Amino acid sequence: MFKSKTKILQLTVTLTACAFLLVPMILSVMAGVTANYFQGISSGFTLKWVFRVWELYADSIFLSMWLAITCLIATLIIGLPAAYGLARHPGWLSRLLEEFISLPLAVPGLALALALLQLYGSMKGFRASWTFILVGHVLYTLPFMVRSILAVLASMDLKTLEEGAASLGASPWQRFRDIVVPNAMPGILAGALTVVTLSIGEFNLTWMLHTPYLKTLPVGLADSYASMRLEVASAYTLVFFVLIVPLLMAMQWASARAQRIAQ
Amino acid sequence: MTNRTFVLLCLTPLFIFSLAFLALPLVRLFMVSGESEAGWAIYLDILRKPRYLNTLVLTVLVSLATTVAALAISTTAGMFLSRNRFKGRGILLSIMTLPLAFPGVVIGFLIILLGGRQGLINQITPGHVVFAYSVVGLFLGYLYFSIPRVLLTVMAAAEKLDPELEEAARTLGASPYRVVVNVILPGLMPSLVAAGAIAFATAMGAFGTAFTLATNIDVIPMVIYTEFTLSANIAMAAALSIVLGIVTWALLLIARSLSGTTVAAGG
Repeated sequence: MFKSKTKILQLTVTLTACAFLLVPMILSVMAGVTANYFQGISSGFTLKWVFRVWELYADSIFLSMWLAITCLIATLIIGLPAAYGLARHPGWLSRLLEEFISLPLAVPGLALALALLQLYGSMKGFRASWTFILVGHVLYTLPFMVRSILAVLASMDLKTLEEGAASLGASPWQRFRDIVVPNAMPGILAGALTVVTLSIGEFNLTWMLHTPYLKTLPVGLADSYASMRLEVASAYTLVFFVLIVPLLMAMQWASARAQRIAQ
Repeated sequence: MTNRTFVLLCLTPLFIFSLAFLALPLVRLFMVSGESEAGWAIYLDILRKPRYLNTLVLTVLVSLATTVAALAISTTAGMFLSRNRFKGRGILLSIMTLPLAFPGVVIGFLIILLGGRQGLINQITPGHVVFAYSVVGLFLGYLYFSIPRVLLTVMAAAEKLDPELEEAARTLGASPYRVVVNVILPGLMPSLVAAGAIAFATAMGAFGTAFTLATNIDVIPMVIYTEFTLSANIAMAAALSIVLGIVTWALLLIARSLSGTTVAAGG
């Protein structure tokens, strides 16, 4: 079916790239369920490494889930009204504010974490609590939430809808609750899934902000890569894949849907 | 309550949060960078002291190599996947976008499984082939990180490119090579520049991948980390962070003005 030389070359490049991305993932999954990776598959399949990961790192997995949920709540509380405000007042000031809160997309997490540490590192109570990591996660995920909702709101005629409701006597709060939120739902869903996926996988900020008592899933991963045997590190990576891949797929589906609606 | 008050009220939480946890910390970071004995000349030290200059050059070179390789691979694969419909296309596309959700540390580990001491390449080839902890390993890690991001940007642009232009060129007798050079590449150019800027900026700032692989290689994020944790040279860590932040931010600004896409940096 692929007759021409160009097509065969293109197919070869595509398949090579796929192999480059897929083979290490398979190796990682295999190593996580092999009794002894150095001896190979002949040593037999086992789930003992996965159980070992659970014994060692269950706390970090729960902490990551807790952070993802609280991060979602925080980005909703801050991001949803903000997206509405930005949509209602398009202008240079709104553009500037949107640009500014998008800085964490471009500036490396390491730099942001250093900045947070310099300002708040001496507040011991805050520095040592999980809310310090939460601040980092909200900082990083908030622009995704705001932009996702803003894209949907900007595509509809918010002004006319609201004027209609206002002429029927609806207060600003009623209009926000009954018109804006239901219409923004596809954007909220896409934003929410993005926030949760990114929060669970966040490493750069978290590595700098975490304390020995507060290790998130990716921090635990880095820890296991440095100090555990290959099978345990792989089994832990497997647990991470099981958690993150369905989230990623849901996120891609929701984002594509929100984009269709925004057009 | 008037409309205006309500809208302002809506923006208040965002304003307070970004002032407290973004604006003020960044100002503080900038102030800290000037607090060492060197004063503001610390920014000149980055260029004057061989250790930092070499780091800067190496980081730029690895990032450039990553950008070129990712552009070549992802543009070829992206054009192929968006121009052909065949069985298994969806699976190939899923495989190539799956790594989007992997943090840099995980990608570093995947490279170790490929090129580490117990890695696949070392096992199946005769002799001792271990490349995971070298510049090659770092390059492959960055490439792994960039391929999906560049692919998505290129495919979004390829969907908008009119296939009839290529048809027309072919009927006029253009060779496949001429079609690529004269029709496809010019059409894709803004997106390619944007995707390249994204790949370059992410590679410059990649910490997670470097953290697992570059234990002996000085790239900027690793030097920032060691200056901060081991040498306690906080002013230099801050200065390097500021320079790195400005570079990646400027690059992504160019990328966005050209393609209108947002892809998360990080790594």
